[in-house]
Amino acid sequence: MNVILLGGGETVETIYFLARLFVRRGYGVTIVDPDPAEAQMLSRRVKATVLVGDGSDPVVLEEAGARQADLVLSLTPQDPDNLVACQVAQKLYGVPRTLALVNDPENEEVFRRLGITEVFSSTQVIGSLIEGRTVYDEITQLFPADEGRLYVTEVVLDGDAPVTGKALQELELPGGSLIVAIIRDGHVVVPGGQDRLQVADRLIAIAHPEQHEDLLRALAGEEA
Amino acid sequence: MVSREYVIVVGCGRLGSLLANRLSSLGNSVVAIDRDEMAFENLSTEFSGFRVTGDAAELAVLRQAKIDRAGALVAVTSLDNVNLMVAQVAQKVFGVPQVLARVNDPSREAVYREFGIETICPTSLSSAAFLSALGESWEDEQP
Repeated sequence: MNVILLGGGETVETIYFLARLFVRRGYGVTIVDPDPAEAQMLSRRVKATVLVGDGSDPVVLEEAGARQADLVLSLTPQDPDNLVACQVAQKLYGVPRTLALVNDPENEEVFRRLGITEVFSSTQVIGSLIEGRTVYDEITQLFPADEGRLYVTEVVLDGDAPVTGKALQELELPGGSLIVAIIRDGHVVVPGGQDRLQVADRLIAIAHPEQHEDLLRALAGEEA
Repeated sequence: MVSREYVIVVGCGRLGSLLANRLSSLGNSVVAIDRDEMAFENLSTEFSGFRVTGDAAELAVLRQAKIDRAGALVAVTSLDNVNLMVAQVAQKVFGVPQVLARVNDPSREAVYREFGIETICPTSLSSAAFLSALGESWEDEQP
């Protein structure tokens, strides 16, 4: 899998962390950043090919290996630059997947109509996170492990949670999920089947992505 | 162009203001858009159109310029990607019948064509004008 990342300026840290993630997954990563100092910093910190240039310039994109790329991710702070870079990648070099960041949420629809396969707006993403927070109030953290094949979740039990007061062995948890730790009064308990769950317990649970939703429902109640 | 048309000029620098002035004095209804309010000082006293301050890459700004009524739009900012995006939005989202974009970098003209946008490259045009002013024998040597 070959990935080209375009960006810089406000988005340079995002570029860096994404590049690191992709490199760890074994992808071929090329970064194009217009700022020479940033490009130098990136090339020192991450095992990726880094080019200095304008990622919407067809010549630069070709040099970055667009003809062999499976994915182009354009994350510059300017919507027109992201749009044109993705269009050039798609139409001139036949890149199958193009992902663009839009800063103005209204442009999300525009980008799709102009042929960008995947569009995301940071405003929208953060907005839905905040909205999601009100629904998933009990779930304070969630992160994928092993490249997304395993989810690690932290759930705080309130009085309404269906599992509060029950012993672990009485719980009907979906297959492929497990409560691995209970954090109670600042202490970590590695639980056994006899341990009873209490209000304000923080449960650390793991699940396969397919069982994740069921696990949340079992622990936190229907609304999750 | 038929006179008395509703025309939007995006970018009010030297080229944009010249176009806006001419279009306005020809009797068209003209809206000039620029991010920088100071740019409108380039407009002459005969300019009788409207001024919209804002980034034309935002739909809200194009709507404010009443793009749905426009018979033509010219995107002539100094940024090629902005011109390309605004021209595509005008053509494909709002269905403006006549759309023209300025492309500053001659090597990118081919890209614009790929996107189905009609372009004018001032760099190529003035290079051709210079060569022809130098005399006939020079004209064939342009790239």
